[in-house]
Amino acid sequence: MNAQLRTPIKIARGLGSAKTGAHHFMVQRITAVALLGLGVWFVWIVLSMLHMDYAAARSLIAQPLNAVLMLAFIVALFWHAQLGLQVIIEDYVHAHGLELGLQITVKFLCFLGAAASVLAVIRIALATAPLGS
Amino acid sequence: MPDTARPLSPHLTIYRWQIQMMTSIVHRGTGIFLALGSALVVWGLFALASGPDAFASVRAFCESWIGLILLLGWTWSLAFHLLNGVRHLLQDIGLGYEPRQFVRNGWLVTIGSFVLTALVWAAALAQRGGA
Repeated sequence: MNAQLRTPIKIARGLGSAKTGAHHFMVQRITAVALLGLGVWFVWIVLSMLHMDYAAARSLIAQPLNAVLMLAFIVALFWHAQLGLQVIIEDYVHAHGLELGLQITVKFLCFLGAAASVLAVIRIALATAPLGS
Repeated sequence: MPDTARPLSPHLTIYRWQIQMMTSIVHRGTGIFLALGSALVVWGLFALASGPDAFASVRAFCESWIGLILLLGWTWSLAFHLLNGVRHLLQDIGLGYEPRQFVRNGWLVTIGSFVLTALVWAAALAQRGGA
């Protein structure tokens, strides 16, 4: 009967949404809640940087609290963006090769964006701490 | 384009227009646009880490006509996506599903997004004027 000598559960396991289906949904909501606060904070930071010169703007982000919140904002932003773009591609791109290519491209770009931003914040936060003042 | 030839629902051609169609597709549209805007966040932070010259070129881009139009678009997109996101979170815990409420808070989110955009830009202009 079973040419592959596998039990039905072995064949079914890992397919469909069993057990892990809600994970994507939950992380999308958790990052959304995080971005509610962090997004408002980010707009406020940008507004307060408008009239600052370079040194003042840099030392604003270098403040430990702002640096930590900026790191949190970056991680939540790119994680949420990746999850959302993934769903949009799943819904509208029906050609398998193109869909796979787009999904991988979006994941790579989101990771690179997050990594580059995190590195920048670390450079800002560490360079000015002992030397600047 | 689809690999499969299965029939698709013809819903878009037979339903009369409703506010929830707009909020749904605009939520996705603003999401894509905001994801593109994350490039400016990366560029801005990189410039801030690099030095005054790089920071000046980001500022010059933001103050150009294209930059200002994009920033206005990103402000409104963030306002809409944020407010409609709250609406989605409330729907996720079972609130606001009554048809009248559903339509009303769709309009609230839409109008609120323009009000929020106006407030942020008023604050920005006041900053520039005061400095």
